[in-house]
Amino acid sequence: MSSIRIPPVLREEVGGERVVEASGASVSEVLDQLFAAYPALGARVTQDGKLSPFVNVYVNDRDVRYQQGLETPVGPNDTVILLPAMAGG
Amino acid sequence: MTHQPNQLRQVRAAEAVRLAEDGYRVIDVREPFEWDQGHVPSATLIPLADLLARAPELLPDRTERLLLHCAVGARSMRASAHLVSLGYRDVVNLVDSLGDWRAAGGAWEAPAPLLTPAQQRRYSRQTLIPEIGAKGQRVLLDSKVLLIGAGGLGSPVALYLAASGIGTIGLVDDDLVDESNLQRQVVHTADRIGQPKTASARTTLEALNPETRVIEHRERLSADNVERLITGYDVIVDGTDNFDTRYVLNDAAVKLRKPVVHGSIYRWDGQVTTFVPFAGPCYRCMYPVQPPEELAPACAVAGVLGVLPGIAGMLQANEVFKLLLDVGETLAGRLLMFDAMTTEFSEVRIWRDPACPACGESSPWLAEPATDEARQEVPA
Repeated sequence: MSSIRIPPVLREEVGGERVVEASGASVSEVLDQLFAAYPALGARVTQDGKLSPFVNVYVNDRDVRYQQGLETPVGPNDTVILLPAMAGG
Repeated sequence: MTHQPNQLRQVRAAEAVRLAEDGYRVIDVREPFEWDQGHVPSATLIPLADLLARAPELLPDRTERLLLHCAVGARSMRASAHLVSLGYRDVVNLVDSLGDWRAAGGAWEAPAPLLTPAQQRRYSRQTLIPEIGAKGQRVLLDSKVLLIGAGGLGSPVALYLAASGIGTIGLVDDDLVDESNLQRQVVHTADRIGQPKTASARTTLEALNPETRVIEHRERLSADNVERLITGYDVIVDGTDNFDTRYVLNDAAVKLRKPVVHGSIYRWDGQVTTFVPFAGPCYRCMYPVQPPEELAPACAVAGVLGVLPGIAGMLQANEVFKLLLDVGETLAGRLLMFDAMTTEFSEVRIWRDPACPACGESSPWLAEPATDEARQEVPA
């Protein structure tokens, strides 16, 4: 199981959890399982079945945009971070 | 001249000047603040209080010919006696004053004072830091920092920048102080509710440090005024509360090559990073697409822990000092995230995006040279 860190603005969609777990060999598989477990979260950050472009995804500290995108491999000890921009000041 | 080994010699200024020219190593046993006010160019500074501890390291050769001096000959007399007792074989003490030394034609270097005596006193705890010193303090005193927002993030940043002697602090904000601000916007006070935030902040900052010049820009940052507002400043601190302003600021800062220290907060969470145009990623590299407003509520809607902007603001102020002093390693290329609920810091890497519309390969500002003024003001 990989850990997925949920940003504060999306925690309500996962019952207030800061970190949830899901398994999968790639970012895309992990997110599919995540959204199946938390449909409200999926509804918030996907458009037409695809992850919305305003959500950055990191595997550990690396942005998947500079790796293999949603096909970036995820190991069982990796942490996936979902990170939309935060505005408050 | 002959003398017995292991004996201390006392000489007048004219003889000391001759000995120095003859190859005696000059040791100045005064304090660093005295040294800064003028010194013999070839001298080594070893304050009397440090002499016993540092002699083995700084004066390893006990046969070296040494000429000691202080301001008037008293401290160097004690220092010379110490060295003789430690077995140094050729120790000469200047019994005259440094004024006599100069009158006798001794070499002298009197740098223009970087700091006034009052500044030396006020900032002594940071000028003692090797990476700052009087030179660094002079840089801070000559620096101009613009804070976008005099609210949660802007308050702690402004307080510490002013306290540390940043010469000019600009404040961009068109809001009035509201009672609900006071839980975290610590630059404002209860008796200033209803005042413009820039005026309230200015009152606090000028009381804290009358030397800091506070410039009020009582307006809301927009595409129309952003370039005019940021152009005269060295570093911009982004403490705004909405995306529109953050993107507007980013683009202008990239165009004018101004470093931006970014902070954002939400309830128990904070994010801080530093954008140095064309040297590291910009805000658009990190967040190419703006989230919908409902995913980015302001503090007024979502709430925020009072200390959260304090923590994030301190981290921002720390970035400002490194940018201005050109020391250390900034957060450029790293997004620092802070979770107050678990007291955890974590980082992700952020990269310059070749496709970034602001600073990528097709940037409209890549080829456009910055103005000379703007380029000089960007720290390396």
